[in-house]
Amino acid sequence: MGVGIQVEGLNAWYGTTHTLQDIDLHIPANHATALIGPSGCGKSTFVRCLNRMHETNPIARATGVVKMGEVDIYKEASPVEIRRRVGMVFQRPNPFPTMSIYDNVISGLKLNGFRNRRILDETVERSLKQAALWEEVKDDLKKKSGASLSGGQQQRMCIARALAVDPEVLLMDEPASALDPVSTSKIEDLIFQLKSQYTIVIVTHNMQQAARVAENTGFFLNGKMVEFDSTHKIFTNPKDKRTEDYITGRFG
Amino acid sequence: MRVKFHQSLDDLKEKLLVMAGMAEQAIQRSIEAYRTRDLSICELVFRAEPSINRLEREIDQMALDLLAMEQPMAIDLRFILSVIRINADLERVGDQAVNIAVRVREMGAFANIDLPVDIPKLASLSSAMVRKALQAFIEADAELADSVLLLDDQVDEMNDAAFYSLSTLIKEKPELTPQSLNALIISRNLERVGDHATNIAEDVIFWVRGADVRHHSAATNP
Repeated sequence: MGVGIQVEGLNAWYGTTHTLQDIDLHIPANHATALIGPSGCGKSTFVRCLNRMHETNPIARATGVVKMGEVDIYKEASPVEIRRRVGMVFQRPNPFPTMSIYDNVISGLKLNGFRNRRILDETVERSLKQAALWEEVKDDLKKKSGASLSGGQQQRMCIARALAVDPEVLLMDEPASALDPVSTSKIEDLIFQLKSQYTIVIVTHNMQQAARVAENTGFFLNGKMVEFDSTHKIFTNPKDKRTEDYITGRFG
Repeated sequence: MRVKFHQSLDDLKEKLLVMAGMAEQAIQRSIEAYRTRDLSICELVFRAEPSINRLEREIDQMALDLLAMEQPMAIDLRFILSVIRINADLERVGDQAVNIAVRVREMGAFANIDLPVDIPKLASLSSAMVRKALQAFIEADAELADSVLLLDDQVDEMNDAAFYSLSTLIKEKPELTPQSLNALIISRNLERVGDHATNIAEDVIFWVRGADVRHHSAATNP
């Protein structure tokens, strides 16, 4: 099951650039939360702070509290532990090109020391079914490499890979921006189904996509969160003029 | 900046105002026809109706294209929805003008007698509601739109009074039934014009404030 995320006073820097400023936010469990905003507004940095990937950059640092359930991820958990609880899907599918579909899906589990073949088989089937890819690849699991799949299939395989380690939170950084409309709608259907089991945070430039998949939406601008509300409210009658200007294209 | 899109919204507004002008003119002409019993004015109302209908379809098509091609959000989305609704209300105002002209034409077959109903006064009030609602639309003025809603009760009361006095007249002087019935229907048509003005004002409030105040519901923000 998903877990709620409580963010309090989160600040992040790249070198001297203050990329996130005093972010307070509650992301409810088992919901999809969309983050929107112009390029460079800090939304990707924000999600990278949720699984401690931000700090992998040597010039980056973050302060503040991020609680996943009851656990303060910066004080009470290791990055490895957090990344097992928090799966991430990126803009472009990133399969391990030399691995089969099967090995791609279980790569995270293997990294965590799982070797039981029966459990691995079950996990591959479950994850690929959850990612709505099983029927398309079940006969080629070990024959085909992950890189041989289409872009949309690769992205769903990457989602299966993220789900294989049984996370509680799924972070998606523009997961469909490199995909065609059919593949995009498959990813969106997937998000809709997965949120009953996982807490999903999705960064997107596609506002219609945010409107379609997320219950709540946050608007970031210049490193600050300007407005956070129900998606319905944000897209029909936002409170802040800056949000309205952005979503109606009167910005800049 | 979505320059082309916002230019298209301006074009849509302008086209709706042309439609509004035609609907207002139709009502004014039908009342003028009632006042003067000039059937040539009725003809002008009938002849204008196809143009109003054509414009209604064009505006709907423009709005549909914008929804499909531009995927508007927030105030722009509310604006386009409001335009679609106002467009339908204006077309119905045009229909009411035609209905009134039909009644005036029928009344022409009978003696022009004094009836216990002040149709020009009712017409003036319902036309003022339409004008105010459209002014509110032009200026995106939700407060002006609020004031239109308050006028609707007056129009309803005048229509109720007309119903009472004309039905009494029918009972007392059955030979005046045709004139009385036609006047009754005209009164009802004008009351409907007031209802359409109310709808337009509610749509302006929805566009500007994002609040749905239809059916006397509390002004709730969605």
